[in-house]
Amino acid sequence: MHMDINEIIKPENLVYTKPRLMNDNPMHYCPGCSHGVVHKLIAEVIDEMGIEEETIGIAPVGCAVFAYNYIDIDWIEAAHGRAPAIATAVKRLNPKKMVFTYQGDGDLAAIGTAETIHACNRGENIAIIFINNGIYGMTGGQMAPTTLEGMKTSTCPYGRNVALNGYPLRIAELVERVDGTCYVTRQSVHTPAAIRKAKKAIRLAFENSMAGKGTSMVEIVSTCNSGWKMSPVKANQWMEEHMFAKYPLGDLKNV
Amino acid sequence: MAKIKGAVVVNKERCKGCELCVVACPSQVLALQPTEVNDRGYHYAFMQNPDACIGCASCGLVCPDGCITVYKVKL
Ligand SMILES: Cc1ncc(C[n+]2csc(CCOP(=O)(O)OP(=O)(O)O)c2C)c(N)n1
Ligand code: SF4
Ligand code: SF4
Ligand code: SF4
Ligand SMILES: [Mg+2]
Repeated sequence: MHMDINEIIKPENLVYTKPRLMNDNPMHYCPGCSHGVVHKLIAEVIDEMGIEEETIGIAPVGCAVFAYNYIDIDWIEAAHGRAPAIATAVKRLNPKKMVFTYQGDGDLAAIGTAETIHACNRGENIAIIFINNGIYGMTGGQMAPTTLEGMKTSTCPYGRNVALNGYPLRIAELVERVDGTCYVTRQSVHTPAAIRKAKKAIRLAFENSMAGKGTSMVEIVSTCNSGWKMSPVKANQWMEEHMFAKYPLGDLKNV
Repeated sequence: MAKIKGAVVVNKERCKGCELCVVACPSQVLALQPTEVNDRGYHYAFMQNPDACIGCASCGLVCPDGCITVYKVKL
C-alpha cells in the first residue's frame, strides 16, 4: 500500500538513528569496515548507561587510532599495544570511572600480548574491546598472530604456513584461563542479530568495570575487507565461512 | 492486525556505498545509486522500493557509518 513517506518521516516515528555520542566527523575507515559498527555500539551503550562523564576510553595504534575523533567522550591514545597498561593506571587512580580499551589484533595479540595477559591476570577493573580481523589493517594487511592457517596476507602471500609462522593465536581462550577475568566473550557484528548480541556483551563488560568485578574481554570477530582484498559483503561471508571455525562465537566465561 | 510502514533517510554525503545495508534489508528496499555519486565519489544508498519498507532498522544497525535514520508507523 502506498503512503507518502513524509507522513512517516516525523520525529515521533523515529526508531533508529546514529548514536548521539557519535559526532558528525566523517570516519576514515574503509567502506564497510567493522570498526564503525563497533564504534556505534560503544557510543550507544555509554549513552544508555548514562556514563558519558564517567567514561575514559584508551585508543590503540592501528586503524582505530583516531577513535577519539568520533565518539565524544574522554580518551587517551596509547602507544602500540600498551592500552591495558594505561587503562590500569587510569582505573586505579579513578576507581569510579568506567575505563575501557579498544584494540586491534596486531595491537592486542602481537606487540601488546604481555600487557593484555598481565592486565587480565591482575584482574584490572577494565573492559577490553578486542577487534580481531586477523590482520594488520592499518599498515597494509600484514600477517598477525591471529591470521588463519592458509590465509593470504601481504607478508604471507602464499598463505600462513604454521610450520613457519605458528598457529593462529586464540586470545579469548587464553585470557579465559587466567583468574583475573570475570567475563570473556566472542561476538561479531555482521548481521542485525549479531550486532544486538554484541551490544549486550559490551554493556555487561562496561557494567563489570563500574562494579569492580575484574577484567572483561569482548572479542569482536571482524572484517578488514581492504586487507582481505574483498568487497565488504564478500568479507562478511568469508568471515562466517572461515573465521568462525577458528574463533567460535559465544561466552567463554561469565562469573 | 495493525499494518506497519517504514521509511529511511540516508545521509547521502556520509554514505560510503559499502552495500551492507542493501544486503541486510529483508524487503529489498535499498539499492546503491547506479550512476550518481556523492561529493566523495561513492555510489550512495537510496530507497529504490520505498513502499516495501517495514521500518525494521536492520539497515541502520549494520551501517558502519551511521548514515541511516529509520522511521516507522503503525496503521
Ligand atoms: C611500536 C610500533 N611498532 C609498529 C608500529 C606499526 N603499526 C602500526 S598499526 C600496526 C598494526 C595494526 O594492526 P591491528 O592492531 O590489528 O589493527 P587494525 O588496523 O587491523 O584494526 C603496526 C604494526 C607502530 N605504530 N608502533
Ligand atoms: S584497512 Fe581494514 S581495518 Fe583498516 S579501515 Fe580499512 S577495512 Fe577497516
Ligand atoms: S528499515 Fe528494514 S525494511 Fe526498511 S529499508 Fe531498512 S532494512 Fe529495509
Ligand atoms: S551501509 Fe551505510 S555506508 Fe554502507 S551503503 Fe548503506 S548507508 Fe551507505
Ligand atoms: Mg587487525
